[in-house]
Amino acid sequence: MSSVTQIAPTPVAPVVTRPRSRKRVRKFGWNALALVVLFVMVFPVYWMISTAFKPGHDILSFTPQWVPAHPTLSNFTDAIHQQFFWNAVKNSLIVTSVVVLLSLVLAFLAALALAKFSFYGRKPFIVVILGVQMVPLAALIIPLYIMMSRVHQVDKLSGVIVMYLTFVLPFAVWTLRGFLLGVPKELEESAMVDGATRFGAFVRILLPLLGPGLVATSIFAFIQAWNEFIIAYVFLHTPEKQTLMVWLASFTTLRGTDWGPLMAGATLCSLPVIVFFVLVQRKIAFGLTAGAVKG
Amino acid sequence: MASVAESGVIPASRRRRFSRRRFGQATAPYVLLAPAAAVIGVVLAYPLYLLVKMSFEKYGLFELIRHKGRWVGTDNYASIFQDAEFWRVVVRTFLFTVVCVSLTMILGTAIAMLLLQVSRWVRIALTTGLVLVWAVPVIVAVNIWRWMIDYQFGVANWALTKLHFGNFERHDWFANPWSGFGVFTLLIVWGAIPFVAITVYAGLAQVPHELLEAAAIDGAKPWAVFREVTLPLLKPILVILTSLSIIWDFQVFQQIWVMLDSRPTSDYYTMAIYAFHQSFQISEYGLGAAIAVVMVMFMFLATLVYLRQMLRTGEVH
Repeated sequence: MSSVTQIAPTPVAPVVTRPRSRKRVRKFGWNALALVVLFVMVFPVYWMISTAFKPGHDILSFTPQWVPAHPTLSNFTDAIHQQFFWNAVKNSLIVTSVVVLLSLVLAFLAALALAKFSFYGRKPFIVVILGVQMVPLAALIIPLYIMMSRVHQVDKLSGVIVMYLTFVLPFAVWTLRGFLLGVPKELEESAMVDGATRFGAFVRILLPLLGPGLVATSIFAFIQAWNEFIIAYVFLHTPEKQTLMVWLASFTTLRGTDWGPLMAGATLCSLPVIVFFVLVQRKIAFGLTAGAVKG
Repeated sequence: MASVAESGVIPASRRRRFSRRRFGQATAPYVLLAPAAAVIGVVLAYPLYLLVKMSFEKYGLFELIRHKGRWVGTDNYASIFQDAEFWRVVVRTFLFTVVCVSLTMILGTAIAMLLLQVSRWVRIALTTGLVLVWAVPVIVAVNIWRWMIDYQFGVANWALTKLHFGNFERHDWFANPWSGFGVFTLLIVWGAIPFVAITVYAGLAQVPHELLEAAAIDGAKPWAVFREVTLPLLKPILVILTSLSIIWDFQVFQQIWVMLDSRPTSDYYTMAIYAFHQSFQISEYGLGAAIAVVMVMFMFLATLVYLRQMLRTGEVH
């Protein structure tokens, strides 16, 4: 990154120290600005966590308390003893794990077709895959509801799973296709020349190379299914069948706004996502815009 | 994009195998694609067709029970186009989208540029912070912001009062839709900045240093370097990000819905909420479908731009 600071229009002076100290002052300024940005961005998350550890009387004070003076876990126990919390955990786990597994299998097969074969209708299918990512869910929710009620899939986890699967598939296919294209063809060919069957070449050569892609895709599917709200909210009526996000959204209406347990519940709901997100963040950014800048 | 068998070595004595294999070659991709295509077809293509069909039908509670709409031609469209409320909602949604997308793109790009200028440890700290914010689920984010702007104990009112911006004690941010939408803008821009900043930063890191240096040696000012060298190279990424942001912000629903306890007043209707209200709250599914179709049409433009850019960047062979 040093080359960027070099583009500053500093005149080439015979004395080296002056521009250098000027440069240092400028760098200090940029660093300070970046730390301010960091503070502003992270503050809401910090505020959630710090509230989650404060006892009720410290939360409901007119002068906010920056660091919990009397840290407590009572908000967390309140949150997990809230009605339907464990049902919601169970439902979220079922939905996300099934969506992850199915999307992985279906997306892998489709990606294989797109990356390794040339066939009639290949490009239209790619356009469809890219295009359906842009279909507004908010608009589709009405016909989806009508359709699902006709086949008696309203208020059932299976219906929600199928819908999530559809919204995860395009991205999953696209990402896996990218990874498949990255596998050098010569590797597979040499394995086949050496007498391996196509399946053997697949298991021994392709699969290990695709490991990171499969992990990234499944975590993406996990995050999508875990975070989704609108479909779960519209399609799952019975409280016992709701997912964690619906549980969290209805938290306040149960007994007024109880900020401590609410923030503790919010912290618990985001924990798995934050962990996974940190693991794959680079690959997700890569997947959506890969290759867009040509150096 | 040659297939594997094309370049495979096949001995002449195995001609018969060859032709059978070629048949396998021809059908294999379709077999592989079938399951994914089927799911996408059932859950996306059919509902899209149903949406358009329903927008030409009277579809109320009675029709919902009967599982069959009644054809009414363009009546639904006529009634929403004559509805003053509908046009207010359209203008509000457009305005909101323009403000949110511009702020997201400008601030996101600025932060990406900032990441290039700072020391290594600051860059790591800021990137980690951005990823953390990116990871926060939307419903969690809504609840955090609702708590921060709580009229009584919220930290925002306290800070604004302390900083002498006026008396914000017991200030209700949603009493006035302008300030209410200000809160939604902050919430959405805050949540969207990390993705834009990190993606643009990844793009900036790919811009060759020699180009920037050459421009600087030729005497270009930093702003000129940015405008003449960096921006054109970043254009594909910026186009993709902008069209994605338009799509995401135009259909804003859950932030407003959850923040306002599932009962926003009509001052807070966006197109998605208006369509939802018409269908699920007053059971006029046909009218809701017509609004949704108009919404899809508006968003189609952004989709076209996105598709064109994705196909152009050479990712699609």
